[in-house]
Formats: sequence, structure tokens, C-alpha cells
Amino acid sequence: MNAAFRIPGAGRLRQATASFSFDDKSYVGIDGDTLASALLANGVHLVGRSFKYHRPRGFLSAGAEEPNALVQIVRDDARKTPNVRATVQELYDGLTAHSQNRWPSLAFDVGAVNDIASPLFSAGFYYKTFMWPKSAWKNLYEPKIRAAAGLGVSPDRPDPDHYAARYAHCEVLVLGGGAAGIAAALAAAETGVRVILADEQAEFGGSLRFESGAKIEGEDGFAWAQGAIAKLKAMDNVHVLPRTTAFGYYAQNFVGLVERVSDHLKSPGRELARERLWQVRARRVVLATGAIERHMVFADNDRPGIMLASAARTYLNHYGVAVGRNVGVYTANDSAYAAAIDLKKAGVNVAAIVDLRDNPTGPVIDEARALGIEINFGRAVIRAGGKLRVSSMTVQPKNGGGERTIPVDAILMSAGWTPSVHLFSQSRGKVAFNEETRRFVPGTYAQDCVSVGACNGTDGLAATIDEAYAAGAKAAKDAGGRAGKSAKPKVDASESWSRGMLGAAPGAGPDTTVKAFVDFQNDVTAKDIRQAVHEGMHSIEHVKRFTTNGMATDQGKTSNMHGLAIAAETLGKPIPQVGLTTFRAPYTPVTFGSIVGHARGALFDPTRRTAIHPWAAAQGAVFEDVGQWKRAWYFPKAGEDMHAAVDRECVTVRKVAGLFDASTLGKIEVVGPDAAKFMELLYTNPWEKLEPGRCRYGIMLREDGFIYDDGVVGRLAPDRFHVTTTTGGAPRVMHHMEDYLQTEFPHLNVWLTSITEQWAVIAVQGPKSRDIIAPLVEGIDMSDEALPHMSVREGKICGVPTRLFRMSFTGERGFEVNVPADYGEAVWEALWAEGQKHGTCAYGTETMHVLRAEKGYIIVGQDTDGTVTPNDAGLDWAVGKKKTDFVGIRGMARADLVAKGRKQLVGLKTKDPKVVLEEGAQIVDDPKQAIPMKMIGHVTSSYWSENCGRSIALALVAGGRDRMGQTLYVPMPNGTIEVEVTGMVFVDEKGEHLNG
Amino acid sequence: MLLIRCPYCEEERPELEFRNAGEAHIARSTNIAGESDDDFEKFFFIRSNPKGVIYERWRHIHGCARFFNAVRDTVTDKFVMTYKAGEPKPAKLPGASK
Ligand SMILES: [Zn+2]
Repeated sequence: MNAAFRIPGAGRLRQATASFSFDDKSYVGIDGDTLASALLANGVHLVGRSFKYHRPRGFLSAGAEEPNALVQIVRDDARKTPNVRATVQELYDGLTAHSQNRWPSLAFDVGAVNDIASPLFSAGFYYKTFMWPKSAWKNLYEPKIRAAAGLGVSPDRPDPDHYAARYAHCEVLVLGGGAAGIAAALAAAETGVRVILADEQAEFGGSLRFESGAKIEGEDGFAWAQGAIAKLKAMDNVHVLPRTTAFGYYAQNFVGLVERVSDHLKSPGRELARERLWQVRARRVVLATGAIERHMVFADNDRPGIMLASAARTYLNHYGVAVGRNVGVYTANDSAYAAAIDLKKAGVNVAAIVDLRDNPTGPVIDEARALGIEINFGRAVIRAGGKLRVSSMTVQPKNGGGERTIPVDAILMSAGWTPSVHLFSQSRGKVAFNEETRRFVPGTYAQDCVSVGACNGTDGLAATIDEAYAAGAKAAKDAGGRAGKSAKPKVDASESWSRGMLGAAPGAGPDTTVKAFVDFQNDVTAKDIRQAVHEGMHSIEHVKRFTTNGMATDQGKTSNMHGLAIAAETLGKPIPQVGLTTFRAPYTPVTFGSIVGHARGALFDPTRRTAIHPWAAAQGAVFEDVGQWKRAWYFPKAGEDMHAAVDRECVTVRKVAGLFDASTLGKIEVVGPDAAKFMELLYTNPWEKLEPGRCRYGIMLREDGFIYDDGVVGRLAPDRFHVTTTTGGAPRVMHHMEDYLQTEFPHLNVWLTSITEQWAVIAVQGPKSRDIIAPLVEGIDMSDEALPHMSVREGKICGVPTRLFRMSFTGERGFEVNVPADYGEAVWEALWAEGQKHGTCAYGTETMHVLRAEKGYIIVGQDTDGTVTPNDAGLDWAVGKKKTDFVGIRGMARADLVAKGRKQLVGLKTKDPKVVLEEGAQIVDDPKQAIPMKMIGHVTSSYWSENCGRSIALALVAGGRDRMGQTLYVPMPNGTIEVEVTGMVFVDEKGEHLNG
Repeated sequence: MLLIRCPYCEEERPELEFRNAGEAHIARSTNIAGESDDDFEKFFFIRSNPKGVIYERWRHIHGCARFFNAVRDTVTDKFVMTYKAGEPKPAKLPGASK
């Protein structure tokens, strides 16, 4: 069963049929089709509406440069991919596609009124019209524009597909699998080095897909390509990647590739990724990215049915599809003649060739003439007729004169070929303008790469293969390959053309107001570009942004050179002086999925769980995220909300005791003969005289004098310190210590070891804590005399080694039991069982926070913010007054840091004890002052304290310690809250509970 | 992603394994407590931020964990050379662009 425009015997597809639907209408295509070729086989040209004017659009190209034919591919409720280029989407049986950017239907689109009103929508329209008033932009214009415009509809469900990623290394990476890329890969591969060859198409061959005149090694060019690829695939040192786009060329030959693994399959299994990101590091890169044909810039050149000549050839010679029955050709170079000849030979009527050139000669022109095709030299197509499909072309001598309208159902155009220097330019190479051929080609290289073939401005198949084969062999040799033996592929016949034109064709010149499109996707016309220049945009980068030329998803692949030529002409400057806009990655759009890869959901970030986590989870603990850690937040009993649970836990700890999982605390062992010296330099406190077996609360500063971290440090031996850090601070404290040890104090003989995950830490806090622990401990005298507050002993608990700290972060008698992490859960359960005899609770991080705030113990990072000195925090007592050096000693002495009026940590009590302040709330001293008020500080910690029967808070307040007893004010949306400045200790001011 | 040669591992490794640690060859005074405001300002706040060759500290944090020094061109982003911490600023640079 053949569709109406499929020509029997033409093309290379011989496979099974595949049915598909477009806008809910069913069609039949052939396996191997793209969605574009299958639609064209069914005579469908109208596939989209343009972005701004909603003009009907068809297919411009047969490849990745397609600006118009963007569709939405729907697999199921969650898989609705927008902006898929129909020219690269491979057909599969059951494919469902929808047109975009139209309402209510493709043929009748209300938004097309923008086309009639187009004088309103000229260059810079968005910038000029919607800027005032500001509120109207936010509330009126932007929502309307967003509703009316937009390219496709985003999926509204999580992406159910998975995306793979891999790193690869090779000696030679060849980008582009046309004749040049294949030749380069063949030469490189036989030297034995690792080669990767990638091409964005499903099949290798590049322009050999449509060049019917190419013969290599006695074969049709495309057939030779398939044979060469089969040979490369069979080699162990070669990786051949079809459907793979090199989207970004980064430093030191690091290239990003996206392989589309399963978008072309009818029902991809779950074992297949949708796409795979390749991050390839190559010793040498061979760029064989080809060239892209340019369209002619004339009035209404965007009507469906008007396309690039090479695209029409591809549809015919590869897919066996005629793009019309009566085609016109409009050209400024030879390559379109080949399209006319191929179509004519396939039985399609060629109404006329219109050639801007005066009297060109050559074999293709002779052949076209011999086939009886009408040829018009020195003439221009000044207008296309038709709306939803081109119906005619109006021809006029290029210098003016009588018009003639020729009926056609397709126009094939060619203004010449633009070398694809995108990746070369991304590699930071500088392009050079060739005056003779009027094109930009690779000039100065910045990396170890080489361009070959059409992307290097090399014309002709034989020259291309010569150049590419030599370059592939040299790249491999330079990267360490042995010499190859095979001869380069022999070219028996080829097609060759160059030149063409840049800019607007006659009939679309500066004196006209016609819509001659330069950039189809963003609806930029020749007139828009001239207007941008007239309005003062003299840099090509400004012209680009003002008109949006080349800024759409096609990145100006067909439009850049035309836009540049028109701007240059309007400026009256030569093209190289105006210069190209920057080529940016990605070469073609890349899905977020492929960039994200596996790093999503549970794999987005590692999750760290303590040894005691399973016990807490089984007890019904609610967890909170603290960095990568999951920490038990509170342990609700049946019927308790968070508030009730925390109140109960807080009271139980102070009355009896509680168990708390403190395993997440950062722990670093500082060991060596100079350990104490090192500690002296890294912490504000004195350490030399700290007796082994004793602990000290340490403060670490940065060199600028601000608090960086804190924690209790135990001296286990003269040369061994067990340092604890904040949970979140462990990695940066380790980095900070290593930095000083390696680079400033390398003379110190000290080793640093992260022991965070070696030790599980169980805090047992409360008046009954010793009674709970003592029965399980061996070898440690637990009496107050032998083990006073702030001391540490090594011994055994439950038969396993422990570092037992007597210390308190609650103000109660307390211990922190360190045991090897593998025993953490077992020791916890033993302590829990012992605790049950006394009525102990387990408590979480919320209760820990309340209890420490009741005692005025700070949390670095909550009560400090990187601008707080020890003095500001009321911790002057922890700074060794006799020390002559420690990190931060000089920074701390800076004039601003010792000035009066600095913000100091104080306590706050609300006048209404039931009111709990919001953390972060701002504080003022006069609530009646005019807005904006002078803010003198903010609340850093605030809780309901069941133990105090009232709310408590800590705050940083300017001159805070001189304001004891003062009334300050916290203005909030629902009224101003009165507070009294107090000391920071709300429970047991004398500290008697530590031994209680 | 850059390739950086760790002078301790004696190998080029991907940038992901490294962490920049600011400008190199800024020595901390052995009598820092006695430094003038101006000297402390120069030591702690002032950085050269050149267009061209910069001397930097890097750490092979996900490798051998050593700090080392590197010469990098801020225009091309290329590493000119790397050398161990404590070694003097190289007198001659191999193939520097400026
Ligand atoms: Zn290393």
C-alpha cells in the first residue's frame, strides 16, 4: 500500500508499513521514514504555525536544522514530548503526533490575526510595547503572551523514562558521519587507536543520502557508506554511535554527546534508557560536521511546500517521496539543478528553474536543459502565492520588469551552503571569512582538533575524502597510533558546487515591506533586521537580541548568514567587519533528562543514615533532613502532635533522662607529636595544658575573626585529640584543618583523620543518666571525682570499646557514649532497656534544640551567621588571652570587630509568655517610627519552653548586652510584639544541674 | 571540564576531583597578631584577579587530598603547569600565552 506521493522504485526504504497519526488523522508510512517523510508521502505539508505571526508552516529541511516542523509526540499520559523536529523523528508503528502553537486547529488559527496586525509586531516589539507600566507586564501582558505563544506544551507529569550516562576516552573522536567523517574514521581506526564516530542521523552517510551522483569504490555513495560503517562496527577499537548529537565542545577536547537510544522504537522496554549522555575526552577531535543549505529570502518564502532543494532530494532519493507534482526551483547556485534533474527523472513535472545568476554554465545546467526543463537566468522569484500551501511563484527579471506567475505546488530553493562551524566555534576556534567563496570557515584553532570536508569549506567529494582520510590518519598518529596500510577510498564520481548568495533576494530589498523570512522559527524578516540597524543596533549581537534572529531552538542554522549579510549591507560595512554572533552550546536542544541522568529522586543526593536509624524508624520517629543526614526530629506517642511530643521529651530529660542519637556530629582525630600545637593554632582556646582525659569546648575562627565552627574536644592522650564539629560543618572543618596543616604549618607533625562514621554517638542526658549507663560500663570509674563534668575515658560498654565523654548539651548531668558504629544500635538498645527502668524517653533534634536554647548554648550557623565574633556571641571566655597566634587572632582585632554597638547575642522574653517569636523576625527599639524602620537585630532561635512554662528566644541585637531589661519590639504582620532583653540562660542559671 | 595534573599523583585527572582554593603565594605572617591594618588587608582581602596568568591553590580533594599550586591562564582557562605546595613561584613558564 503506497501513499499518494511515494514513488514506486524510488528511495531506499523497502520495509514494513507503519501506521501513525497526526492531529488525530491516521496515515501509513514505511519503516525507516521520518515523521516528515511519511507526512510528505501522504501529501501533508502544513504541519505547524509560526511563533509570532502564527503563519502556516511546512517542512524547510530534512534534518536537524529544521526551524518549522516542530511537533508534539505523545506516547502516553506522561510522555508528551514537545518541540520534536518531525524531520529527525523516526517513524514507528503507532506514533502519535500533534501540531503545536495553533488554536483551535492547524488550518484555522485565531492567532493568525497577528499576521494581519504584523506592523504592530515588528522588531523589538516586545521590548518596546510591554515595558510600561511595570505591573501591566506582570499581570496582563506576560500571561497573555505566554498563553498565545510558546512552543508546544510541557508534559504535566514526572518523566517516567530513565536516562543513562557514561564517560568515555578515545584517541580520535570523529563528529559527523558523512563521507568525510567515515573516511577519517577509517584512516584512524586502522592504526589501532580507540575511535568514536558519532552522527546525529539514524543512518550514516550525510549528504550521500541525497547525492545520487556520488560513486566511491565502484559503489553508489550511500551504499559505500553503509559498507564502511559495517566494517568500522566490526572493529574492537571503534565505537560507532548513530542517533548521537555532539551538542557541546568544551575545554581540553571534552565533548558532550547525546545518544537517542529508544525514541525511535515502538515500545522501548524498561531496560532501555531513553537517552544516554556521553562525556568524551579525546586526544584528537575530527570535525566533519558538513554544511547546511540556505534558503532564498523572498516574499512569503515560508509557505508550506517551499523547502531547501537538498531536502527535496533527500525525500526523493532516500525516502522515495515526491514533495509535489509540479515543482518550481529558485536558486543562486548549481546544487538546486541536481534536485530538479532527480525529480524530473522520477516523473515529477518541473515547472521552471529560476536562477538569479546571469549566464551560468556547467554540466548540471546542460543536463537540466537536455531534460527539457525551462530555465530562467537573471530572474528572481519575487513572491509566492497560496496560504496553507504554496500555489504559485511570481517571477520577474532581477532588475525589474514584467511579472509572470507560474503555478507550482512546491518551490525548491538554494542560496548556497553554510559550513557548520558550530562545534569548531564552541571549541574557541576563530573563524575566518573567505572573500572568494563568501563563507566563514575554520581559521585559528584553539584545541587539538581538525575540520574536514564541507565544514572546512572543502568542495567536492574527492577533495573531501583526500583531506578527511589524511586528517584521520594524522590525528591517530599524533595520538600514538601505528601507521596504517590501507589506501584511501577511491572516488569514481561526485557532485560539486559552491558559491551562492547571502542576504535578501531582489524583490525583498530595502525599498520593500514584504515578509521575506530570514529566521523562520522566530519570524524574523529582512525588514526587521534593517529596522534594527536603523534604530541603532550596530553590533550583530545587538541586532540578534533586538530581532531575536538566530535565537530560537534551531540557533540560526539557516538564518545566521542571511541575517548577517542584510545587517552588513544596511550598515554599509563588509561582512567580516560586522562579524558572526557567538555559537553557543547546545548545537541542537538537549533534554533536561539527559543532563540529569540518574541523579534524580532517591539518587539526586546521597542519603546518610546513622546506625540507630532503624530503631528510631521502628519507634515511629519523624525525621528531618540535616544536610544529607536523616535525623530523628521527635518521637511522637499515639495521639501526640509535634508540640506535645517535644514538650514531653523536654520535661522528661530534665526530670529523668533522655537518649539522643548524636552520631551525625562531625568527628576528627588530631594525632601526632605536634597535635596540641596544631590545636592551639586552629582553635581560640588554649590546649597545651589540657590534661589527657579532660575535654574543652573549642571555638574555631576563620582568619577574618568570625566564628566558623565549634564543638567539644577531648584529649585522649598527650598526642591525641578527639575533636567534634557541627553536623553540617564536618567536611569544611576538615578541609580548613588540612589547608592549614599542609600549606601554612607543614612543619607540624600531625595527622588528621575523619572518624565521623567510625563512631556512633549516644547522648544520655538527665539526672538519671549515670544510673542508666553505669551498669553497662566496664573499666571506668563513673564517680564525680573520677569522671567529672568535661572529661573523657576509654573503656568498655556492653563489652565493646567506648570513648565515654562526660559532657552536656542540655545543662543536665550528661554523657556521650561513643561506640564503634557497627555496635551502635545494640548499645542503644541496651541503654534504652536500662533507661526504661527509670522512665527515660528518646528525644529528637527539636527537643535537643529547645534544651540547649534553655541553657543559652549556641548553634553555629543558626545563632551565628559568619559575621559573629566570639565576643559578639558572649564567648570571650573561650579565647586564650595569652596566646600569640591562632587562626583569626588578627582578624578579630580589626577596628570594626572591636567597635561599640556591634550586634551581640542576648536572650529575649516576650511580655506575653504565650507568644512564640518567629525565627528571623526583625527587632526595632521604637515601633512608632516611620517605615522603613531602623532594624537593630533579629531573632536567631525561638521556642516554646515547657520547662519554663513560657516562650524563650535568642537574638542578635546591636549593643545587646547594654540593653538588659530594656523593652524592644518585633513588628509582625498581625501586630507588634513587645519583648524584654535578658541573659541567655533560662534554666538553672548557676549550672547546678550538671552535677545534679 | 578541565583536566588538571596533580603534582603528587603525577597524573592528569578531571576537574571534578579538584577544588580551587584561591590565590597562591600569599604567605601568612609568622607574627600575624602584630601585623598593621594595611598589611592584614593585603594578606586577607586583596587579590590580583589578573586577565592572563594567575597562580592558584588547588586541592586534589577527591584524590590524594593534597594542596598544590597551579598556573592557569584566565583568558584561555588553560593550565600552564602545576607544582607542589611550598615550591617557589616558577621563574619561567612553559608555553604561556603572555
Ligand atoms: Zn593527587
